[in-house]
Amino acid sequence: MKPRILLQDNQFEITILRLCHQLIEVHGDFKNSVIIGLQPRGVLLAKRIQKVLQQLLKSKNISCGELDITFFRDDFRKKELIPNKTSIDFIIEDKNVILVDDVLFTGRTIRAGLDAMLAFGRPNDVELLVLVDRRFSRHVPIQAKYIGITIDSIEEQNVKVEWKESDGKDKITLINK
Amino acid sequence: MNRLSVNHLLGIKDLTKNDIELILNTAKNFKEVINRPIKKVPSLRDITVANLFFENSTRTRLSFELAQKRLSADILNFSASNSSVKKGETLVDTVNNILAMKVDMIVMRHSSPGAAIFLSKKINAKIVNAGDGAHEHPTQALLDAFSIQEKLGSLAGKKIVIVGDILHSRVALSNIYCLQKLGAKVKVCGPQTLIPKYITSLGVEVEPDLKKALEWCDVANMLRIQLERQDIKYFPSLREYTMLYGLNKEMLDKLSKKIIVMHPGPINRGVEITSDVADSKQSIILEQVENGVAVRMAVMYLLAGRQSD
Repeated sequence: MKPRILLQDNQFEITILRLCHQLIEVHGDFKNSVIIGLQPRGVLLAKRIQKVLQQLLKSKNISCGELDITFFRDDFRKKELIPNKTSIDFIIEDKNVILVDDVLFTGRTIRAGLDAMLAFGRPNDVELLVLVDRRFSRHVPIQAKYIGITIDSIEEQNVKVEWKESDGKDKITLINK
Repeated sequence: MNRLSVNHLLGIKDLTKNDIELILNTAKNFKEVINRPIKKVPSLRDITVANLFFENSTRTRLSFELAQKRLSADILNFSASNSSVKKGETLVDTVNNILAMKVDMIVMRHSSPGAAIFLSKKINAKIVNAGDGAHEHPTQALLDAFSIQEKLGSLAGKKIVIVGDILHSRVALSNIYCLQKLGAKVKVCGPQTLIPKYITSLGVEVEPDLKKALEWCDVANMLRIQLERQDIKYFPSLREYTMLYGLNKEMLDKLSKKIIVMHPGPINRGVEITSDVADSKQSIILEQVENGVAVRMAVMYLLAGRQSD
């Protein structure tokens, strides 16, 4: 099977814009809400969302952190995992947290993310935002509240998300391993 | 490369530059972890570590123990003074008995050089050398490198002088290997009797004059005189040693640049270093201790995750 492009350029931007509008519907001016991107690729999405929200709300005060979940993974002894940077310079105690990742597949990363996040306080509420939801492939009971695009895929396939900031273009591709 | 090239941490000599950089980069992440409100991560929750201390230690043992606790490992503590070693049990037997209780990792300090290497050939568990006689003390060298890096950025081209009892110091040997692998220049300074004869074969220079050494360096690592390892007298008196090789505030202030002062502890205040230097802004002695926990977490995390070849 040839790689299939799921989303790119203009469509990609429209999807991000829609996610941001959905967030504003629920979170308003983001006074009590924070965004946390999961390392490594969720951070790029979180940053993009932060940027768009700042433009839409004409506000500079939207907190966005980076969370590394390596030390909380359940497959640590199965493969060697090297950590990334965690940078959360705000307290999440009693805040509404939006966890952000690019692709939701088995749900194990998000499970680890929920654990890792607790080291920074007890949030009031946690929601999950993903760009791509690979449905019917979950290993744990986790679902996203905000979804960019839902796709059907098999385990032998990979979803590749590329970003203007790091890869030169916005593009989501379904490829065979 | 994102994996260590070794199964055990026996000495810095066996590590590649890549290994050292991997450990130091991972330690950066752990330093962030130990400064969180909740300082614990579950990475090693399925690992049991035995701390075998056949020789006295405060800092290293506590630092390892805290690192293990922060990683959620289960811990067994053992000190030779109140164990069957006194009854004549051999090292391999002692360790095999502990391993029979299903222990995955051993952290060992021993007074005999090469004890950790010997053990690694006999048993099937990950081994971390926490100091073997006057041979190596790899985690100390790694935390020293980490602390210097934190202050000065890259170690490449930096000048470091190690002052004092080089002959009996495992810290000196591990530091020399580690700093050189990271591209730093190293000199040693001390009384001729406490400088090993073949030290220059490691590529370090000997500078007998402390003032000249300080003028040259960016960092001075002051070592303790290891009286417990000195079987004969190596210098006439401690007072004379202090006069020639002790670091005081006046000497620091006379230098043309602000150098960093380090000490692996325990400090003999008033011998190798005066109190006002040890407590000055130029000293990073307590930062070294904090970084020790992060570096040891990184070492155990990377070893535990490593699949054996």
